[in-house]
Amino acid sequence: MTNTGIKTFSSWQLTALVLLRVAIGWNFLYEGLAKLTDPDWTAMGFLMDSKWIFSGIFQAMAANQSVLAVVDFLNIWGLILIGLGLILGVFTRVAAISGVVLLAFYFLSHPPMAGLRYAIPSEGNYLIVNKTLIQLIAVWTLYLLPTGRIIGIDRFIFGRSGNE
Amino acid sequence: MTKENNEKNTSVGRRDMLKGLATIPFLGALLLAWWNKRRKDHLLNQTIFNELNVSTRLTESEKIVSKEPKLRLGIIGFGIRGEQLLRGAGFPVPSQIDEWIEDAQNDPTNTRYENYLQQEDLNIEINGVCDVYDVRAEKALLASGNGDRLGSDGNIIPKAKRYLHYKDLLQADDIDAVIIATPDHWHTKIAIDAANAGKHVYVEKAMTRTIKETFELVDVIKKSGICFQLGHQGRQTASYNKARELISQNILGPVTLVEVSTNRNSPNGAWVYDIDEEAGPHNIDWEQFTGDGPERPFSLERFFRWRCWWDYGTGLSGDLLTHEYDAMNQILDLGIPHSAVASGGIYFFKDGREVPDTFQVTFEYPKKNLTLLYTATLASNRSRGKVIMGHDANMEVGDVLTVWADYESTRYKEMIDKGILESDTPLFSYIPGRKKVDAVTTATEKYFAGRGLLYTYRNGVRVDTTHLHIKEWLDCIRTGQQPSCNIDRGFEEAITAHMATLAYRENRKVFWDPEKMKVV
Repeated sequence: MTNTGIKTFSSWQLTALVLLRVAIGWNFLYEGLAKLTDPDWTAMGFLMDSKWIFSGIFQAMAANQSVLAVVDFLNIWGLILIGLGLILGVFTRVAAISGVVLLAFYFLSHPPMAGLRYAIPSEGNYLIVNKTLIQLIAVWTLYLLPTGRIIGIDRFIFGRSGNE
Repeated sequence: MTKENNEKNTSVGRRDMLKGLATIPFLGALLLAWWNKRRKDHLLNQTIFNELNVSTRLTESEKIVSKEPKLRLGIIGFGIRGEQLLRGAGFPVPSQIDEWIEDAQNDPTNTRYENYLQQEDLNIEINGVCDVYDVRAEKALLASGNGDRLGSDGNIIPKAKRYLHYKDLLQADDIDAVIIATPDHWHTKIAIDAANAGKHVYVEKAMTRTIKETFELVDVIKKSGICFQLGHQGRQTASYNKARELISQNILGPVTLVEVSTNRNSPNGAWVYDIDEEAGPHNIDWEQFTGDGPERPFSLERFFRWRCWWDYGTGLSGDLLTHEYDAMNQILDLGIPHSAVASGGIYFFKDGREVPDTFQVTFEYPKKNLTLLYTATLASNRSRGKVIMGHDANMEVGDVLTVWADYESTRYKEMIDKGILESDTPLFSYIPGRKKVDAVTTATEKYFAGRGLLYTYRNGVRVDTTHLHIKEWLDCIRTGQQPSCNIDRGFEEAITAHMATLAYRENRKVFWDPEKMKVV
């Protein structure tokens, strides 16, 4: 790896990074598609259940019908586009940074702080760090170690890089 | 460029292409898996609904009824419930609006005020109010002028006239219909006088205080031809209507036991209401309050907490059992039971009351082969829900309606054996506000809805059932149709409740004789 932004990875490093990218992309895309095809889906319940210092903002989003409609739309299509971006390696870095932002919203609305209880029970035990936060850090890692121009459509858009 | 170079370039180009598109198979795999899952879910849904012969769509749409002409109302009795009823009709007391505005300012998720402003205008006016307590009458007057739903700063001018005696209100020419929200011991007399005066009647439950009153009232209402609605607003609850539809299609199999209950755990819930400091013999017409009942010395406790005494109220039986019974009567067409036994006692609120705070009743319906069990305590909030138990499946009815198949069901045996149905997850559930009933609703949504976090009820808006119940009554006055809780349903409600009271007070099994139309 050099400082010029052109990165080279060993083939195992590259395989692991691309698989991580595809797996997270898969998770995003399916979440988006599942919401898109459920006519009754809305983020309202999730937002209403927000706790911690930012709960006011998230609950205000749920309380206003028109804001909620925008939130729902952005969430569904954000998930789908980020998912496609990560799987296909197209606009990978934009997708990754958007993913970080989206995950930050999810995390900040429902952080597993001591003493907070949520309507949806979590499937494991978490304190401050949960899977959302770990996924956020993983997507941030993907942003810093981009592989779209090696394995991905970005190769055609921005030119290939590294690992010739 | 040599031929060799050319070949190298072509192979680089091909490798380039392969690397660029290398992850597309993953996308293909996801889409294929997704498509398969959707097909499976759809098939599962279809199989279950085909097997059950139940429609997945809801008949939630309301009939559009003309709101002409404008109807002119009077209200008799403006205590806690009277205030709620006028609010449901679109005429709130300004202090309530102040409170909601403040709530909304403190908590942006509190949309109560916003929702209330959206509540449909019913095209009515309030022309008369009557309450034996001056303070409440003044409040009612203020509400009567508050059709714009303003707070205390709205400079509201009272619209209605105050009548000191309900009989004078009933003589008024500018009143077409009355809402009666007095203590129970006045329901029958006022409703009869109203019907005789040609006024349409909306009366709170319990419809009557005694069995004798029940027959008298039914007789007068039937002869009068006025539009009568009894105040069981649960009739408007969407999930009850869906429950009725599902049960009429026999998805539960033979039902042998129905369990309903009441749980409260606060002085207010136990009818120990606040006593106004400003109240006294100077501003309460005690004589009118007492009516034909036994004469007692003036008592603020009896006036404000009348539900605790048999002279005025009907105890748990008339106050809360009736709601539960009416819900089941709506869903199952129960009618009057064959027999009732009851027990209970004053176990917690030893405050001088006469009515029990813990009360259990067993109603038998041998012709329907089922028992209706009601259990109540005013000193524990452990909620037991409404449960309808059938041989093939059981149903829990609340805001959310959920049906579980029974693992030893005869009807669903094949589906359970094949793994199409599971008895430990709901067969299906109905969440009000959703557009359809769903066999594969996600656990998350059920969780939210079960906790009341999804509070959309009709066309995506939370609506007050009391408002809908009054609206139905007004619609029926205009169209000449029968409302859902008409005098026949009221008759069944009242007789059933009084059988329970009688069984408790006389400590014996009480029977209904349908031939002689008598409680024995």
